[in-house]
Amino acid sequence: MKNFIAAWLAFATLAFAHSAAALEVFTCEPEWSALVQELGGDRVSVYVATTAFQDPHRIQAKPSLLARARRANLVVCTGAELEIGWLPLVLRQSGNSAIQPNRPGYFEAANYVQRLEIPTTFDRAAGDIHPGGNPHIQTDPRNIARVATALAERLAEIDPSSAALYQTRYRDFAQRWDAAIKRWEQQAAPLKGAPVVVHHKAFSYLENWLGLREVAQLEPKPGVEPTSTHLVEVLDQMKRQPAKMILRGPYNDARASEWLAERAKIPIVVVPFTVGGSDKAKDLFGLFDDTVQRLLAALS
Amino acid sequence: MMRYTLYAVALATALPISALGAEPTDAEQRLRDVEQRLDRLEAPPAPTAPAGTTGAPAGSATSFNPAISLILSGLYTNLSQDPADYRITGFPVPADVEIGPGKRGFSLAESELAASANIDPYFYGMLAYAIHPDDTASVEEAFVQTIALSNGFTLRGGRFFSNIGYLNSQHAHTWDFVDAPLAYQAFLGTQFGDDGAQIRWLAPTDLFLELGAELGRGRAFPGSDRDKNGAGAATVFGHVGGDVGASHSWRAGLSLLGTSPRDRTFPDTSAAGTTVSNAFSGDTRVWIADFVWKYAPTGNATYTNFKLQAEYLRRREDGDLTFNTAGAPSTAPYDARQSGWYVQGVYQFIPYWRVGWRTEQLDRGTVDYAANSANLASSGFDPSKNSVMVDYSPSEFSRIRLQYARDQSRQGATDNQWYLQYQMSLGAHGAHQF
Repeated sequence: MKNFIAAWLAFATLAFAHSAAALEVFTCEPEWSALVQELGGDRVSVYVATTAFQDPHRIQAKPSLLARARRANLVVCTGAELEIGWLPLVLRQSGNSAIQPNRPGYFEAANYVQRLEIPTTFDRAAGDIHPGGNPHIQTDPRNIARVATALAERLAEIDPSSAALYQTRYRDFAQRWDAAIKRWEQQAAPLKGAPVVVHHKAFSYLENWLGLREVAQLEPKPGVEPTSTHLVEVLDQMKRQPAKMILRGPYNDARASEWLAERAKIPIVVVPFTVGGSDKAKDLFGLFDDTVQRLLAALS
Repeated sequence: MMRYTLYAVALATALPISALGAEPTDAEQRLRDVEQRLDRLEAPPAPTAPAGTTGAPAGSATSFNPAISLILSGLYTNLSQDPADYRITGFPVPADVEIGPGKRGFSLAESELAASANIDPYFYGMLAYAIHPDDTASVEEAFVQTIALSNGFTLRGGRFFSNIGYLNSQHAHTWDFVDAPLAYQAFLGTQFGDDGAQIRWLAPTDLFLELGAELGRGRAFPGSDRDKNGAGAATVFGHVGGDVGASHSWRAGLSLLGTSPRDRTFPDTSAAGTTVSNAFSGDTRVWIADFVWKYAPTGNATYTNFKLQAEYLRRREDGDLTFNTAGAPSTAPYDARQSGWYVQGVYQFIPYWRVGWRTEQLDRGTVDYAANSANLASSGFDPSKNSVMVDYSPSEFSRIRLQYARDQSRQGATDNQWYLQYQMSLGAHGAHQF
């Protein structure tokens, strides 16, 4: 009988320990999904709401998103109004109090970095501007490092039983990441000062990091698709002030950049932009390896 | 034996909890240790930057103002038939229910002023105030909703569009056509909104499964406002949905609206062809099956996308019909089973431009007037309509639409309807509803 009870106890304890199921994390963009995976390992079960081929601003509050938000312990999104059109609706309809704004289960990455291009006047006549500044913060790896620090703390806060695991994994990631940043910065040194044209103002943080100089955008105003009159103006500008390359993201239409590339005789760089944006961008390290390689290839 | 097993279970559950309770302090200490070491390691790259400055001035009194948005909309309408004669043959509605194509010529459509915000950590509230072109105004929606419940539950109270069907809860400015489908006009008076309470539950599954119910006053058609302590209308609804790959999303649902109108008075045409005033008292049940499928290549709807939407509505009315309430009233049992459906597709073929087509029909079904069958006759006519539209949205805040409809809702009169419409929103960013 005693043995039976002991065995039962041991079994029940084990079962309980294992039944503490993985932390369910709902991420809005693939870069945060990859980061949560780096920090949480097997302890987390990550769902990502968008892919590299979708504009995270133009998503709808789809049924699949509601179903996943309902079960999430933590929501990790960019913030800065990038997901303004759908995330508030998803959160409100999720029936999940843990992930509401201002709760520990709600994490906005953009709160932990210095944002660029914060507008001083708010007028939609200027296009699709974000009052909180440019939200595409993930194109600078130093931002990823800052977000990682805050995110590791947040994971430990909502899942204290695995705090040690998150810290260990964070330390390991931070070391590898710092080394990688140094490597990328060395490799990318020739890019400093290179004038570039961008499809959408999505690369401001990348430019800020590598010292690229943005001289024109294919969109006449942020969020407005390129028009032929505007493209002709950009082409004219290229004659006076040539750029080295045109940057666009995987979800931008190719036609405008191809039109300009052909006439201005400059290469197009499809920046992976986030994890999954190119074959080589399988994780965060691959994302920046590939970004730097593609930029360098266009320079030579 | 039983008692020992119970002890074992109690112990087993108690033990890990106490272990869990002890762990954080230990972990926290280690965490602090690691952090200190890390800080030293991390010195060269920039340390955590202060939280980014947001545009709004901190601490100002306006920071707590709700999100405010304004919808502006206007129309030019060209109709080949006189809209004053509009009716859906065989589907009479009370005179105050707004159906039909509206006014001819230039007209302002509904302007909507909406404000919403979280009230506190427990509730969210919103008001949508509709300002009509005839200088009257109405509360379209005004409700509070919980945000602090868990396990998938959400409660809502106030005035709101019912969550039955697909289109019913959507505001007119998000519709893909100028007007609501005939079935919505005939069975729900365009859109069913009520004063009441709603409960919704979302299942903890990967497949979206939502169940809900509403209790309301039943003031609006197909109900009738009454002086009564209990509820005048009730609904139940269930929706399922999900994704198929990255490119496809879908949702399907089944809903039931039940209400018991008393003396719901409406103009109708008698068997002799004269206009009379009739009244219905009894039970109304409206079943709705809805389906929506959306496609965008790789899920990127910016350039091209397609949306297919279909709903089937079926109504049973069972009670007493009073013929000619104004003249010599005659009351007799009434039993009607009628239905209607629409199917529509909207295709964005290049950025900003969409084309859409909608086809729809009502089925007069079986109507049993009992002793009133000498006074009233079934029409022998099934109303139908076909609409095409093209719209242009230079940004996500503005839309201009041209729509043509061949409307055969009146027996013996085809109405060719042309609409040119603008719909714009300013202020707070609109929600991207599915």
